[in-house]
Amino acid sequence: MGEERPGRGFVMVTGRWLRMGVERRSSRVSDLSKLELSHGDIRNLLKWIKQNLLKERPELFIQGDSVRPGILVLINDADWELMGELDYKLQDQDNVLFISTLHGG
Amino acid sequence: MCQAREDYGRRGPGRRAPPPSSPRACVKCKEGSAAVVIRLGDAFCRACFREYFVHKFRAVLGKNRVIFPGEKVLLALSGGPASSAMLRQVQEGLSRETAKRLRFVPGLVYVDEGAVCGQSPAQREESLARVEAILQATGFPYHLAHLEQAFDLPGSVLRRGPRGGSKPCPSYKEAVEDFIQQQRQAAADGGGAASDGAASLPRRPAQLRTQDVPEPAGGEPAAPGARLPAAARTEELLRLFEDAETLTAKEELLQMLRTHLILHTARTQGYTKVMMGDSCTRVAIKLLTNLALGRGAFLAMDTGFMDTRHGDVAVVRPMREYMAKEIAFYNHFFGVPTVITPALRAKRREKTSIHRLMEDFLLGLQAEFPSTISTVYRTGEKLSTAPAEASSEPGAEPQRCLLCLCALDTLAEEDLALEPTLIAEEAAQRPQEPAGDGCCRSSPMPGAESRAAFLPLLCYSCRLTFKEMGRPDTLPPYVRSEAQRRSRRAEMKQQIQEFLLEDDDDEDPSES
Repeated sequence: MGEERPGRGFVMVTGRWLRMGVERRSSRVSDLSKLELSHGDIRNLLKWIKQNLLKERPELFIQGDSVRPGILVLINDADWELMGELDYKLQDQDNVLFISTLHGG
Repeated sequence: MCQAREDYGRRGPGRRAPPPSSPRACVKCKEGSAAVVIRLGDAFCRACFREYFVHKFRAVLGKNRVIFPGEKVLLALSGGPASSAMLRQVQEGLSRETAKRLRFVPGLVYVDEGAVCGQSPAQREESLARVEAILQATGFPYHLAHLEQAFDLPGSVLRRGPRGGSKPCPSYKEAVEDFIQQQRQAAADGGGAASDGAASLPRRPAQLRTQDVPEPAGGEPAAPGARLPAAARTEELLRLFEDAETLTAKEELLQMLRTHLILHTARTQGYTKVMMGDSCTRVAIKLLTNLALGRGAFLAMDTGFMDTRHGDVAVVRPMREYMAKEIAFYNHFFGVPTVITPALRAKRREKTSIHRLMEDFLLGLQAEFPSTISTVYRTGEKLSTAPAEASSEPGAEPQRCLLCLCALDTLAEEDLALEPTLIAEEAAQRPQEPAGDGCCRSSPMPGAESRAAFLPLLCYSCRLTFKEMGRPDTLPPYVRSEAQRRSRRAEMKQQIQEFLLEDDDDEDPSES
């Protein structure tokens, strides 16, 4: 865990589904999952999430290449807009957090 | 026209700039590392963001000057991010040093809507427990209500209250000066008990917790430890919602019941203002949604800072200048607790509501053109709440919609596309009419069971919503009783119309 190897890294993914309307999904994704990615950028992370974690109704989270509008992405507690959004290359021990602002208030 | 605004300036037609590759410094203090991007490309560090956020709340209240010192204000909390952030701002504002302190007396209310949102009783209990923990931790008096209690509301909820509270005699400035004087007096006389005039704020933990907002008509005392209303009540409520044909109608119905419950809480507990946590994003979505719903005439009332339709209790929206993104970041950075409950759902996946469609539309547009929401918001800000011209009788109060309490905008009934459907429906169900003797006392009521009786009492958009709801006898009693009352009055008035003396009549009425 956490060895330095070029091109590989461990990423902690914490997804918190606020009011997605599908309770079952929220419990699954809020599990911490340490995953290995060989090409570590957010674009690939999303693809991985879509394939492996989103069992139903992926369109509630992903739209095309990116997340659905209204869902915020924080990388290490900072706005992903500051880090290059989809092009940000994930590094070891990075923390990626998704916050939904939909139907809320 | 909108191209001329400065937001579009830097990068052409407002598209996003290509993302930067290296970490940026805060644009304000130039030192801290940026944590969040707000507006168009302004990167703030955590500390500067916090300052910006807190300052905005005080600025909105200060700019509008409608909350007077010592006034009782009810905060309507849904557990969601915006209202939770609002609660935190109120707490922050009340705890500052004397000069800059917010000066009103807050109370909290939470409406449990779990039944219609698909929560099981166990889930509802859990949400309620979490919410109550948050409310208790604030130390403010709080009230928990269940949506089922809408069936116990009195008809007076639909009537405009006397306008005592919204425009009191002293000006805002005078009121503030008076208040400060009083505080100084109290401090000089009373000596040391409460340090800085905190006497106006009940800091005792909430023994004022009440769960029986309207008196339960069922008569069953709540068992100790049981929080949820009786199952029969819940079923009644569910039946009402299931009878609504579209998700749009359900959403409107939910909002209406929630508003009435909160209003009733405010009235019975002596609050003169209610604070709602509508964010800028929510306000922009509401603006366009309400246009689509036929509420164009009432946009200013529905989305403006202050909503005075109820007369004695005014609804204010202090969060309307915060984007949903700012609120989410603030809550995350500074640990604001929220309790998320599921939203209303359609039975089948394909059916959605105008509200959801508009939300998807605006947020999708916002992703590509980041000044969309603020432009919609700013356009909406230009709408004013000047009342429409008086209808038939100059000087008289305009008639108000039964459900939304806005001035009726349906003078020309022939223009409504609803007309043909009305006739068809009346032919289909013939209400029984007992033989009356023609006296106005025993005039037969067309029956609260017939939809036609309700329609003249509703504004255009409420008619559309009403048309999609179930049979009128599933409606809560307060709506039906108030509708009957108004219909009866209208009928009586019509019957004695010919005997009424008009002020400017020169000739005697022919049948005196």
